[in-house]
Amino acid sequence: MIISQLGYYSLIFGLLTSILIFFNSSIQIKKNDTVISSKTTGLIGFQFFFVIISFISLIYSFIISDFSNETVFNNSHTTKPLFYKITGTWGNHEGSLLLWLLVLTGVLLGFIFKSKNEPNNYRQLTVLFHQIIVMGFFVFVLKTSNPFNEIFPVATEGLGLNPILQDPALGIHPPILYLGYVGTSIIFSAALASMISSYVNKSWAKEIKFWILFSWFFLTGGILLGSIWAYYELGWGGFWFWDPVENVSLMPWLSLTALLHCVVTLEKRELFKNWTVVLCIITFALSMAGTFLVRSGILNSVHTFANDPSRGIYILTFLLVLVLLSFVIFVIYENKNFARKSKIFVLSKETSILVNNWFILYFLSVVLIGTIYPIFLDVILDEQISVGPPFYNKLILPFLIPFVLFMSIGPNMKWIKTNFKIGVKSFFVIIFTLVLSFITIYFIGDKNIFVLLLFIGFFYLLIKSLDQLRNRTKNYAQIFSHIGFSLLLISILLNSFSSKEVIKNIQVGESFTLKNEKIIFKKIAVEKEKNYESIIGFFEILDGKNKIINLQPEIRIYNEPEMATSEASIKTSLFTDRFITINIIKDQNFFNVRYQHKPFMIWIWISTLIIMLGGIFAIFRKNKEINI
Amino acid sequence: MQFLEKIKKSIFSLIILSLLIISFFVFKFALQKEKIYTPKMSDNQIFTDFEVVELIKENQINFNKVLFGKNFYLINIWSSWCEPCKDESDKLLDLKKDTPIMMIGINYKDKKKNALNFLKSYGNPFDKIFIDKQGTISINFGAYGVPETFLIDSDNKVLKKYVGPLNEKDVYEIKKIVNN
Repeated sequence: MIISQLGYYSLIFGLLTSILIFFNSSIQIKKNDTVISSKTTGLIGFQFFFVIISFISLIYSFIISDFSNETVFNNSHTTKPLFYKITGTWGNHEGSLLLWLLVLTGVLLGFIFKSKNEPNNYRQLTVLFHQIIVMGFFVFVLKTSNPFNEIFPVATEGLGLNPILQDPALGIHPPILYLGYVGTSIIFSAALASMISSYVNKSWAKEIKFWILFSWFFLTGGILLGSIWAYYELGWGGFWFWDPVENVSLMPWLSLTALLHCVVTLEKRELFKNWTVVLCIITFALSMAGTFLVRSGILNSVHTFANDPSRGIYILTFLLVLVLLSFVIFVIYENKNFARKSKIFVLSKETSILVNNWFILYFLSVVLIGTIYPIFLDVILDEQISVGPPFYNKLILPFLIPFVLFMSIGPNMKWIKTNFKIGVKSFFVIIFTLVLSFITIYFIGDKNIFVLLLFIGFFYLLIKSLDQLRNRTKNYAQIFSHIGFSLLLISILLNSFSSKEVIKNIQVGESFTLKNEKIIFKKIAVEKEKNYESIIGFFEILDGKNKIINLQPEIRIYNEPEMATSEASIKTSLFTDRFITINIIKDQNFFNVRYQHKPFMIWIWISTLIIMLGGIFAIFRKNKEINI
Repeated sequence: MQFLEKIKKSIFSLIILSLLIISFFVFKFALQKEKIYTPKMSDNQIFTDFEVVELIKENQINFNKVLFGKNFYLINIWSSWCEPCKDESDKLLDLKKDTPIMMIGINYKDKKKNALNFLKSYGNPFDKIFIDKQGTISINFGAYGVPETFLIDSDNKVLKKYVGPLNEKDVYEIKKIVNN
């Protein structure tokens, strides 16, 4: 009870510090102070501290199951394991917004410490713009989504956390994702500040690159965890569904990826100044828009019960205000930064990065249109449609081929101008790629020229990236993320073309086959856990070499709230995943069994980790002048 | 030249601005668009002024015209995928046989083929059947789900509301009200 109050008042104090910082910075900017005052720095520290106190209070309320708190009552239950009590804190609207605030104030503090050597005016302005965002979110949380609402009379038991959210990967997914997602806010504030203070140059690029990489790294990790969760928990055997909620995390990722290539050009050549700033603004606008789409309940009407339209209107208006603000600033200050125009040669790293940006922007617009088109159609023509994978496949896949080709040759280009020689080596690389692709096509048995072209492109990128490891000056960041990316594409392609499945209704003791494997339904057992009861099916898989693999899929019947979930049982090996799920058929002794072969699943996760490894290299690379 | 540049820039800015503002309003309307239907009931009287489509002939008709000329109407919300509806069907047939009520079926979120098969296997107790593909008509009646049954008099007043399948006692109660 008292703890809830503490959390609530901490939030109010946080908002007050925000107003103080805002005025303090405004005054300092007016006075043209040469150093950022310790008052401002202190206040930023305090602000972060207040949000932490508030966040800890909420976690504590969840741990002790304080059902006088409405958020806890709605999303927790005494029988839940401690881990899920804690992760339940951000598994709901109010708590996740508190997490937003935590990251939002945290990155500003990080920025203040990291940017000590930057011009003061730029730092002040960044603080100022960031505080506008912070204030907006404080008001949003306090006004429409207070996590510390009290209910009376106090309930003795809570409503429980949605069982499908009770999963370790999903427990840590929101904090990781938010570090990336909300991390983009500091990029936005800094971009506006740098425009006004005419600081869009090499040193700014160096400074902001850290935050771009930071956001990109965590966003990649967050998306990875989300996919892993979807694969293991949802039991459909897929890892990406082009669901709007997934798309809104992919869009900022795409624009961050474009941005991190673009900012390198700014750092090395002082080119693409305006473009870099525009990308910074777009990135944050996309992540705000994502928050709006997910949080307002505009997307999935199934979950709109508890949603309050005032929340949606608030974020939407706030987003418009921020975008308009940045638009006005951009239009006013654009010319000032437009100092010189350098000539760009066709065969140069600059061109290849520009091409990369065009492609990424194209992919981004496809995803954006696919996500919001149904909303527009619903409003304007009152028609309900949903955009599915065929749309994305058709519009994205063909363009991946030229994209990866540019990606393969781009890194070998030099800044300013490249003289291209086609030597014997390139010839061998091409032959090797072709042979590899033909062998792959032969094994998956799909004689489609388009698939062959995709494989050729992806393998070419992989081989070219691996080849770079032999260079004298190596850029591990770029090499690893490109290797990871090509491996990712190859694994996804292999996975989608050679997945196999059987769905059967069978009883205990019966069996069925998939290719040369025999699947035997041995027995069924019922076990009681703390917060659910589980029905476990015991299956034996006899593969071609008569090796026995045991799989135990479950059906869990959670008690609070009462809900059945299907837990897949998965046996992972280097080349394929064996994936089995069961479902009860009502009033019958039969079980619906779904058995799948998912080749190269583990490689999808591994390659994403390799991409992230590239990010780590980039973050910790010494800032020496190496040719990247 | 510079003048042209300026014009180009302002046109570009205008386009972006209008796009932003249009998107804002589209999203705003999308938010306000009712996704959660609340029953438009007042004083226990059901709301009847809306169009409905018949299951078999697929012709459109105002629901007001359906509720005409009888003293009692029984509205039953059912679906072929609903297990309890199967148990309920003989109760409805029983009511059809023994009372002069006009039986109206609302086929809730269903496929036509399945619905017709259902009627074939379990009998058709209804005088009229209307489709409710989106589930919004049922909500107009204030229904929670399937099956659900409303007994209405000639003033469109809800006399009785049964959530879940009808049982023997309910059938007896309905008969008593109607045959009095």
